[in-house]
Amino acid sequence: MTAAPQINPLRKYVREDRMPHFFCPGCGCGQVLSSFLRGVDALGLDIDKMTAVAGVGCTARIPVYIKMDTLHGVHGRTLAWATGIKLHSPDTKVVVFAGDGDAVSIGGNHFIHAARRNLDVLMIVVNNFNFAMTGGQVAPMTPPGSVTMTTPYGSGEPPFDLCALAVAAGATYVARTATSRIPQMDLAIEKGLKHSGFGVVEVLSQCPTHFGRYALGSASPAKLLDWIEGICVSRERANSMTSEQIEGKLLTGEFVHKSRPIFKGSTFIQESPSDKESAFIEGCPDKKGECRP
Amino acid sequence: MAVYIDKNLCKGCALCVIRCPRKVFEISSEVNRKGFTVAAAVRDGDCVKCGLCEKTCPDLAIRVAG
Repeated sequence: MTAAPQINPLRKYVREDRMPHFFCPGCGCGQVLSSFLRGVDALGLDIDKMTAVAGVGCTARIPVYIKMDTLHGVHGRTLAWATGIKLHSPDTKVVVFAGDGDAVSIGGNHFIHAARRNLDVLMIVVNNFNFAMTGGQVAPMTPPGSVTMTTPYGSGEPPFDLCALAVAAGATYVARTATSRIPQMDLAIEKGLKHSGFGVVEVLSQCPTHFGRYALGSASPAKLLDWIEGICVSRERANSMTSEQIEGKLLTGEFVHKSRPIFKGSTFIQESPSDKESAFIEGCPDKKGECRP
Repeated sequence: MAVYIDKNLCKGCALCVIRCPRKVFEISSEVNRKGFTVAAAVRDGDCVKCGLCEKTCPDLAIRVAG
């Protein structure tokens, strides 16, 4: 199928009747959506054999616009659903879209256990530093000192380091990237799609409507991108910096990329087709005590 | 024409304006049916087809041809 030259070719993956999407002007979620579609397009993945799972939040609206099997709607339980899908049909490629609140606040427990089990799922965490859909409340990833709707004198909580958490819990592909660095984001998501095992791609993203207005005093996406670029330091560059210089910065790049046996169920399954045939069809046909699987 | 903008999808966020290395885009005074002032490729002839605007646009509105 060749689209007209005036139309973005990625729109063949998009539910046209839903467009334009609901994201605010300049929201990073739209950029993550198009980056994901570029990854799918570049790798030539079959979207009929993929499922996108999302909970609640701005980020969770991303799969609504993708023309593939989609689950959307239970806050924080994305990985529980993904586990069920993956165990029922292991050939399905499952991608989870979650915001920072969805992934590590409400769904924090699912997150660490999916990483421990090495569930074969790619989780794209769009970190916009607050709970954006409900009006900009403080979230587990809000930088300390930030003014939000619920912290009018500045947040006094230290935030999570999501990538360090994922590495410690046992995820096998972990990368952090930002919407201010589109080619790097494309690369990280593409690598995550190719990876077999629990992959976490954290994307630092701009929320002009809430985080921008409350914490930075500007609703301009351009200013937010500059702010994100200011707090990002690549891992290679951080090696030559002192601990005072790194204070308050977020390291970007790939943290871990390894392979480990993937999760196939909580108990071992004995796979022996000949036993299955003799023992389980119509009771025990040969009656010689060989009914044991 | 090298750059096409779908006016119905554009939300006038101006990310293409800041990202384009050749300053091809500007926010025009034209209003689309959703009430956003849309971007326009006013210096289309300066375009070098790097494709950064197409990748940056959150709304899948831009297409760089050729």
